Amino acid sequence: MQKRGAEILVECLLAEGVDTIFGYPGGAVLPIYDALYDADIRHILTRHEQGAAHAADGYARATGKPGVCLATSGPGATNLVTGIANAYMDSVPMVAITGQVPTSMLGRDSFQEADITGITLPITKHNYIVKHVDDLARTVREAFYIASTGRPGPVLIDIPRDVSGAVTEYRDSGPVRLPGYCPKTEPDPQQVVRAVRAIEESERPLIYAGGGVINAGAHEELLRLAEMLLAPVATTLMGLGGFPGDHPLSVGMLGMHGSKYANYAVCECDLLIGIGVRFDDRVTGKLEEFAPGATVIHIDIDPAEIGKNIGVDIPVVGDVRRSLQRLIEQLQPRLASRWRDKIMQWKKEFPIQFEDNGRVKPQEVIREIYNVTRGNARITTEVGQHQMWAAHYYTFTKPRTFISSGGLGTMGFGLPAAIGVQVACPGETVIDIAGDGSIQMNIQELCTAVNYDLPVKIAIMNNGYLGMVRQWQELFFNRRYSYTELDNPDFVNLAEAYGAVGMRVTKKAEIRPALEEALRIPKPVVIDFLIEREENVLPMVPPGEPISKMLG
Amino acid sequence: MMRHTLAVLVENNPGVLARVAGLFSRRGFNIDSLAVGRTENPAVSRMTIVVEGDARVLEQVTKQLHKLVDVIKISDVTAEEYVDRELVLIKVSVDPAHRGEVMQIADIFRARIVDLGRRTLTLECTGNDGKINAFEESLRPYGIKELVRTGKIAMLRGARFTGLQDNGTKEEVQ
Repeated sequence: MQKRGAEILVECLLAEGVDTIFGYPGGAVLPIYDALYDADIRHILTRHEQGAAHAADGYARATGKPGVCLATSGPGATNLVTGIANAYMDSVPMVAITGQVPTSMLGRDSFQEADITGITLPITKHNYIVKHVDDLARTVREAFYIASTGRPGPVLIDIPRDVSGAVTEYRDSGPVRLPGYCPKTEPDPQQVVRAVRAIEESERPLIYAGGGVINAGAHEELLRLAEMLLAPVATTLMGLGGFPGDHPLSVGMLGMHGSKYANYAVCECDLLIGIGVRFDDRVTGKLEEFAPGATVIHIDIDPAEIGKNIGVDIPVVGDVRRSLQRLIEQLQPRLASRWRDKIMQWKKEFPIQFEDNGRVKPQEVIREIYNVTRGNARITTEVGQHQMWAAHYYTFTKPRTFISSGGLGTMGFGLPAAIGVQVACPGETVIDIAGDGSIQMNIQELCTAVNYDLPVKIAIMNNGYLGMVRQWQELFFNRRYSYTELDNPDFVNLAEAYGAVGMRVTKKAEIRPALEEALRIPKPVVIDFLIEREENVLPMVPPGEPISKMLG
Repeated sequence: MMRHTLAVLVENNPGVLARVAGLFSRRGFNIDSLAVGRTENPAVSRMTIVVEGDARVLEQVTKQLHKLVDVIKISDVTAEEYVDRELVLIKVSVDPAHRGEVMQIADIFRARIVDLGRRTLTLECTGNDGKINAFEESLRPYGIKELVRTGKIAMLRGARFTGLQDNGTKEEVQ
């Protein structure tokens, strides 16, 4: 059947199960938008292409399905870049579609031309420029396959305007054939046996779990393994929710802003089982002194992560869920563990805490958010102090409920991500925990939330500072607060101007009633919490130090 | 630091060279030389990459290369028996009085004279690294006007090969 490229694109998206696209129109995508006009796909019009990319990212993190964003050529495409890099760093499945100038105009610095495949080379899992309409269907199929299998990641498809506008005989592209792409899912049985032996021989095993557990849907297997071994579980920021935070074996987050007991456990364990992690510098601190006495097992789907940052004794390369299943099959449950008892003691001795002085403490706000939502909300965050407080004081018990920019640390992620999450999970409570700095990086997306009746709640931890940078200036730069103090707009009026509801909290007693009211309002609500200005995130490991050396 | 010679089979797609080169630069790996051309299968190109680094660097290079979707197969031939060749073109300035000497040197290295100008000779020589370097050194006293090397290409000796047909896949690298 004769079809236009844009129609083929839409048909392929539907075949991949796409129900929502986040995008922004422009000249080079006119044929695509024309095809979307009466297509059975929901299109969410954001106010900035970066918002579209983060929303697609949030959608993907909430569902596990690839998120799709769409932008025009040139500035439209370059505006996606931060969002794509963000998804790449956190291994989020995403398909980014960009328009491009017609093939005849390529390479001539045409109006709104940018070499987006060149630009995104280092921040995509793979990318394509489709130069012939007959390649389009196959490319879309490959893109979704690559984005969602193995270690997930963003794939970009650049479509010149004449390709989306061209008419061709549309045929099914057949199965994906990629000789250079075959992710290894089944772990090597010999390495599994070695891992089992190391686990049996260990007295003080510690599980270090990351985002790979959530990506692989391996949270149940992780719980099973931890309970069999009576092994404490420390998670990375990306791993929050992959193991129930209220479980006795949970020691919370490890690393720079990890709990003391998690970091002490790393220092004293004799076996470290890294599961779906990448030994990031925010986790390890000074590499040479990370888990000094431990045998290291590293389970991950990406072979390139093995040995990248740290020497690994036993590599288990494969799908995390399958790998854990293989381990569990061969392991015997432990009945008692002095190590576990010791950790329980540490948890009592060194709790994460803050000083309550009767003012509005951000930690208290987060804890109240947890209380009023009974831990059942989907939380997104921006990046900074509020992000760490969210990680510390909201107890995440289910995967895909904490949605945050981990690797890239992108301010401005939280609000558009919350929009993507709310679109994916219509009936659920979605809260963006924000800072007064971060929220202004994509605040225009409030309009998107209002337009589409997405009742996201935005809790701004407003201290009038770029708080995390200020904290570092306080601790390491002699309190020289260089350009970190912010003169902000009135967030309540700003919210109202966008058609959302604005509220302000200045007293401790107002925290809970404000949150309860916000949850009752079926509209986007911005709550401006005027918090203690110079509150710090503690504990903290100074950069470059071993993680045993914690402040606070 | 050790030099490794990698034979990398890639899909003959536009941009594949940029992907490989970009990977090396952003991960901080050093390329000594890189030669690329098509193989017996026109859909597949073969890159011969000489890379310097210890075992850890090489492991990362290999693994990161494998992550590129266009990379089909990587073989490190360094530890194997292999033939390697490089071609060099050298233009030397010679007055007629010294022409005989230069031609003698060419003879010794089994190089060929491919162009003759009024005051220049252009020579072509193939061989391994050592031979090419020695050839260059021998000609230096006469004044090298221009020199271009292709970069090394390599192939396993005997019946063994690093083509697509053997059963080596990405999975053998852990």
